[in-house]
Amino acid sequence: MNQMNWLVVSPEILLLVAACAIALIDLFLTDPKRRTTFWLTQLTLAAFALMHGSMLSQGLGANGAAASVYGMQGLVVSDPMGHLLALCAGIAMMMTLAYAQPYAGSRDLLKGELFVLAMFALLGIAVMISANNFLVIYVGLELMSLSLYALVALRRDHGVSTEAAMKYFVLGALASGFLLYGMSMMYGATHSLDLPEVFNAIQTGQINAIVLTFGIVFIVAGLAFKLGVVPFHMWVPDVYQGAPTAVTLMIGGAPKLAAFAITIRVLVEGLSGLAHDWQQMLIVLSVLSMALGNLAAIAQTNLKRMLAYSGIAQLGFMLLGLTPTVIGANTLSAANGYSSALFYVISYVLTTLGTFGLIMFLSRAGFESEEVSDLAGLGRRSPWLAGVMTVFMFSLAGVPPMVGFYAKFAILQALVTTADPAYITLAVVAVLLSLIGAFYYLRIVKVMYFDEPTTDAPAPQHGGLGILLAFNGAAALVLGLLPDGLMALCRDVIVAALAG
Amino acid sequence: MQTMSFILSLAIWLPVAFGVLLLAVGRQENAAVARWVALIGAVIGFLVTIPVMTGFDNTTAAMQFVEKASWIERFNVFYHLGVDGISMWFVPLTAFITIIVVLAGWEVIEDRPHQYYGSFLILSGLTVGVFSALDGLLFYVFFEATLIPMYIIIGVWGGPRRVYAAFKFFLYTLLGSLLMLIALIFLYYKSGGSFDIATWHKLPLGMPAQTLLFFAFFAAFSVKVPMWPVHTWLPDAHVEAPTGGSVVLAAIMLKLGAYGFLRFSMPIAPDASHEYAWLIITLSLVAVIYIGLVAMVQQDMKKLVAYSSIAHMGFVTLGFFIFNELGVAGGIVQMISHGFVSGAMFLSIGVLYDRVHSREIADYGGVVNTMPKFAAFALLFAMANCGLPGTAGFIGEWMVILGAVQFNFWIGALSATALIFGAAYTLWMYKRVYFGEITNDHVRTLEDINAREFLMLAVLAVAVLWMGLYPKPFTDVMHVSVTELLKHVATSKLN
Repeated sequence: MNQMNWLVVSPEILLLVAACAIALIDLFLTDPKRRTTFWLTQLTLAAFALMHGSMLSQGLGANGAAASVYGMQGLVVSDPMGHLLALCAGIAMMMTLAYAQPYAGSRDLLKGELFVLAMFALLGIAVMISANNFLVIYVGLELMSLSLYALVALRRDHGVSTEAAMKYFVLGALASGFLLYGMSMMYGATHSLDLPEVFNAIQTGQINAIVLTFGIVFIVAGLAFKLGVVPFHMWVPDVYQGAPTAVTLMIGGAPKLAAFAITIRVLVEGLSGLAHDWQQMLIVLSVLSMALGNLAAIAQTNLKRMLAYSGIAQLGFMLLGLTPTVIGANTLSAANGYSSALFYVISYVLTTLGTFGLIMFLSRAGFESEEVSDLAGLGRRSPWLAGVMTVFMFSLAGVPPMVGFYAKFAILQALVTTADPAYITLAVVAVLLSLIGAFYYLRIVKVMYFDEPTTDAPAPQHGGLGILLAFNGAAALVLGLLPDGLMALCRDVIVAALAG
Repeated sequence: MQTMSFILSLAIWLPVAFGVLLLAVGRQENAAVARWVALIGAVIGFLVTIPVMTGFDNTTAAMQFVEKASWIERFNVFYHLGVDGISMWFVPLTAFITIIVVLAGWEVIEDRPHQYYGSFLILSGLTVGVFSALDGLLFYVFFEATLIPMYIIIGVWGGPRRVYAAFKFFLYTLLGSLLMLIALIFLYYKSGGSFDIATWHKLPLGMPAQTLLFFAFFAAFSVKVPMWPVHTWLPDAHVEAPTGGSVVLAAIMLKLGAYGFLRFSMPIAPDASHEYAWLIITLSLVAVIYIGLVAMVQQDMKKLVAYSSIAHMGFVTLGFFIFNELGVAGGIVQMISHGFVSGAMFLSIGVLYDRVHSREIADYGGVVNTMPKFAAFALLFAMANCGLPGTAGFIGEWMVILGAVQFNFWIGALSATALIFGAAYTLWMYKRVYFGEITNDHVRTLEDINAREFLMLAVLAVAVLWMGLYPKPFTDVMHVSVTELLKHVATSKLN
């Protein structure tokens, strides 16, 4: 516990050094050579992902508690769950930048800052994912958030973007304050910031319950802000709509993995003694999110805004997977629920990458392609793109055989197998609300296939990107046809995380 | 049988593969190629089901042509296929109807034919999957996945209100099936982590659990059948869908719901099924009588046949829930015969619609004068729709009525009125469309059916007559399985 163990944080060190180096190199590059920065960044991210990938396979080789290794004197933990999430976050960021490159290029956003800030955001995500201490979580969160605030404001002569950045910054700062306040209460009550020690202190049962309850309320509120679930969702639609689509994807993709990670780290690894309290809160948050997200999404005409509300509803559904664990009080049912939520969040990020990637793919200089009506007749203009988008929409709606169905199935399964009537009712409520959600996903398919095109312009061609997009769509379909590998992986990493 | 055990997989995935091929490489410019590829795909899809018919063993109720492989180990889900006497005929029926559908769209579908045919072929494969899945989750995946191609078919190639109809179709069905998903997961939990349908059949369940399961399945399957009062999506979907879509909807997709009652509701929750049989019987009688009357007043031919489908499917559910062999076997026979007859009825309307572009009965009259060959076919199908002896429509209805009389005379008597209503609305429509003086100018210029239309109508006519005159191959196949099912359903699961 008390060793530095530098090896544990080697991917993060690499990322930090490379981000600084690329920031310097970029100073000497002129605009036409900006692609060098892009490729250097991609190389760094690939190395980062690769290192986490190999550590993941090593970690899974070890059994039980041995899979968790602590570093930096117990401030960070290296366990398979963290490596899986970091691997996914790295790949998500690579894909985000790949989708973003032509989009940013045609909008004069292709600056070194875009790449450097993206790398710092990923660094923050990685720190959060492997954090084992309240303050480390906070540092990681701020590193990511500050990078993202700046990224949202990257289009500084654009009114809507600036407004979104302000809103994001103010509300984000408020959320960080909440979280920090909750953490300080926990510290006051338990005299420690280390998650395992907080856990042990609560287990003793000697801690003042009122302080703990207040602390948990603030912590859950802070997490809910970052996840963007109702009633802490107000920033989500505005930021999604206002930010340049490339940055929207940076907010809507990899950070959701980090938000999931800190939720698990804080609530499960640190505060599972208070599970009864936070699970009730999560149930309320999740039902509200599914209801409001799905209903509000119906009324949207802006595609990015619609996807923002859809994201609120989707993350609400994901939170359900974290609720059914006190029942039976054994780690088996907990592992079932958490691994379902993990599968859900990974599949959600996969589809989100594709949908926003497609919006960027369809945009041109001076044309954002962010209205739902901009997709009209896509099935006629570009059958491939429409097909890929259809896969994503049915996946988000939870229709088999797309991956989104298995994500929903896994969560429902975790709820129903508790055999508690309350949870079964919750499952019924969840499916009824997702039925409402199906409506607006179907509407996108309707616009693409049933409506006449409003323009004769053929869809843009970006060569290699189209292939990436097709792969992204194929992944959503193939993971649906053969979901077992990822499901088993999610279960194994969660079992290892709970054991450690 | 071991050597042939991949046959069901072929029947599912060959059409899907052809469909994906068409979607992937088809172009608006080479529509002719797309048509031929689709036809070849549909014919191959049908040919591979022939061993299912010829190699089927009538003497056992066990599953045949079984395939089993691990699919999602995490949740103990298997890729488990097989057919018994209840499901066997629906495999070739689906593939057969697909050929007809491809032929029916031949010159008619000019807009993106590759996508049209691709959707139908994928739909065909998925539907075979529903009928042959022996794993609960696999069944659900196929059952839900069929919605996607059908949604596209109605929405892209449908009539003026196609968008409304497509949404209604999708959301209605999704609502029911989501509740079924909860039921399936509940069974997974109850059975200690198994999605095997046969295991669920043997699973002892208390009455509260059975009741909940029964109504969850009821939600899914009654919408799909559809039963009164959740039938309202069907007339819309039928009217707006292109001819091929209506044919597949009526001939095959409605059967998925009825099949679900046999495969899930009755054997898994037998006590609840007995307890609530009155509900299903009442709703079925309402469908048979009330919907029959509704059909009579329709002005739109497609709507009329759509309501007639609901009435005929009422016979199916009625037959199932009187729990005797005549009823259940009659219900299954009715499912198959309705597949032929309703498909043929919609095709006949399609033939007229392609020429006149109207479905209103009032726009026709005296068609027999200009299209004598076609009118002869249409008469045969109309007779089959009324349940005339010697046609396919008669056998099933007759068996169900006999079964119903055995069960309770008054139920039998009420259901028999359907024969009168059926004859009334079908023949009245026939009279107004085909007989009489030619009152509309466009009817005067009609051309009789061409060779392609003759072929598809003739094939269906042969099927309708064959099934009406010699139903033994159909009833023999299901006999043992139905007996076994009834024996199972008669045994209480309560201890």
